[in-house]
Amino acid sequence: MMAIDCKALSADFSTRRSGTTAVLKSVQLRVMTGETFGLIGPSGCGKSTLLRILAGLHTRWRGEVSIFGQTLQPDNYPRNALLSTVQMVFQDPYASLHPRHSVGRALLEPLKVNNIPEPARRLRQALDDVGLPPSIEQRYPHQMSGGQRQRVAIARALLLRPSLLLLDEPTSALDVSVQAEILNLLNQLKARYNMTMLLVSHDAGVIAHMCDRAAVMQDGAMAQLLLREQLAIYGGT
Amino acid sequence: MNLSAQLFTLIDFAPRLRRGLRSPAATIGASVLLIVIIVAAFAPWLAPSDPLRQDIALRLRPPGAGHWLGTDNLGRDILSRLIYGARPTLGIAALVMAAAAPIGLLIGIVAGYVGGWTERVLMRLTDIVLAFPQLVLALAFAGLLGAGTFNGALAVALTIWPSYARLARTETLSIRDSDYLAAARMLGIRSSRLLWGHVLPICLPFAHVRVALDMAATILSLSSLGFLGLGVQPPTPEWGAMVADGSKVIFDQWWVAAVPGAAILIICVAFNLLADGLRDLGDPRHG
Repeated sequence: MMAIDCKALSADFSTRRSGTTAVLKSVQLRVMTGETFGLIGPSGCGKSTLLRILAGLHTRWRGEVSIFGQTLQPDNYPRNALLSTVQMVFQDPYASLHPRHSVGRALLEPLKVNNIPEPARRLRQALDDVGLPPSIEQRYPHQMSGGQRQRVAIARALLLRPSLLLLDEPTSALDVSVQAEILNLLNQLKARYNMTMLLVSHDAGVIAHMCDRAAVMQDGAMAQLLLREQLAIYGGT
Repeated sequence: MNLSAQLFTLIDFAPRLRRGLRSPAATIGASVLLIVIIVAAFAPWLAPSDPLRQDIALRLRPPGAGHWLGTDNLGRDILSRLIYGARPTLGIAALVMAAAAPIGLLIGIVAGYVGGWTERVLMRLTDIVLAFPQLVLALAFAGLLGAGTFNGALAVALTIWPSYARLARTETLSIRDSDYLAAARMLGIRSSRLLWGHVLPICLPFAHVRVALDMAATILSLSSLGFLGLGVQPPTPEWGAMVADGSKVIFDQWWVAAVPGAAILIICVAFNLLADGLRDLGDPRHG
């Protein structure tokens, strides 16, 4: 089954001052179940918008999108059905955790809202999965390093056991040594929970390290599809 | 999560208190308020005499041995009236805040988060109330509802909520598209749970500061209503009404108006100092 299947996906941003800007121009994207697919491109090329559409955060678009065979309608998202299917890790770990919620609260609340049994055990396991000690439960975001925060964000994204994980430049805000740790962690978790990953990055090295296939986006459209072998070359240059 | 646990995480008191002691302004403000609250609570034991007992023979006495702060035009002990007067003054101001701040926050958060027509209607309503001078509007409400303690408080509350609504809306707008709210929505946290548990904690520190600042303004407004005879009714001692009584004899027996006036001044400064300290502590990264 296809994890993601987009056909002729377009999206516009309209502002009163500059009129309508096409952010995505008839994008076609197919991601197989179980692969890690990369999206490369300069900033402003529409890759984040594409991710937010798939996450159900941006709902003004046209075209056809289906995730694991489930067709999405613009402006009317079956969010509850997608909850356990699609989750996202955001770019900036400083902005993606609530500044006034402790780690324990941030991770327990989704478990309780979704009536998942044994939330305390699941919380410990979620922290263990991302290599954090249970004592970090008491901490607030401002008391943690960038790498720790991103681990918490990953733990949170995995709480509902999604089959598709969207990664919006998950390491670009971290320093180089931490980047590698986070990327390896993501690979481990992907294998453990049988996930499909869609990774957005402007770092060709990261894409080459992580992805089976990748697409280069340019100006709101897919410019080039790169296969595994091409990726190695792309990452090397 | 139950309500008390949630309130506990919202207030997060002990560390805040420890940090608060490092701010001299907040410490002084809080100490003064604490003293006034204790005095108000133990008024029957602390007041030297009955605040309502009149003694025409002893009217308008200057401060001295028998009456430390003098007597007013009906021969009542001003110190006793001042001590008893702290009760309605502080109590009603607190009541006004307890009514106005939650209403304002609710309207502002809903307007900011929902957007669209809801926002337009709610914010235009807010603008309309905000456009009137506060005291004039309070006077109009008090006149309309009739003079009295409760109506005076209601009148002030009706004029104060718009500033909370504006504040809460601005705060909510600034975080509406934040990643952490997006993440919460993606995890199935929405509607009232999202607003109460995620948006409100962001607005609260600013609301705390605003409440402390507005307490001062509210005491002044209530005193003004009392001064004009639209607030607390005589013979109940209330600071604003006491200033009003004293104003008739202000040139000859200045202490009658000056003593409650000074009390209003001190309590307002204390609230402002506390607000200043709270603003420094409001930032979660502070300290």
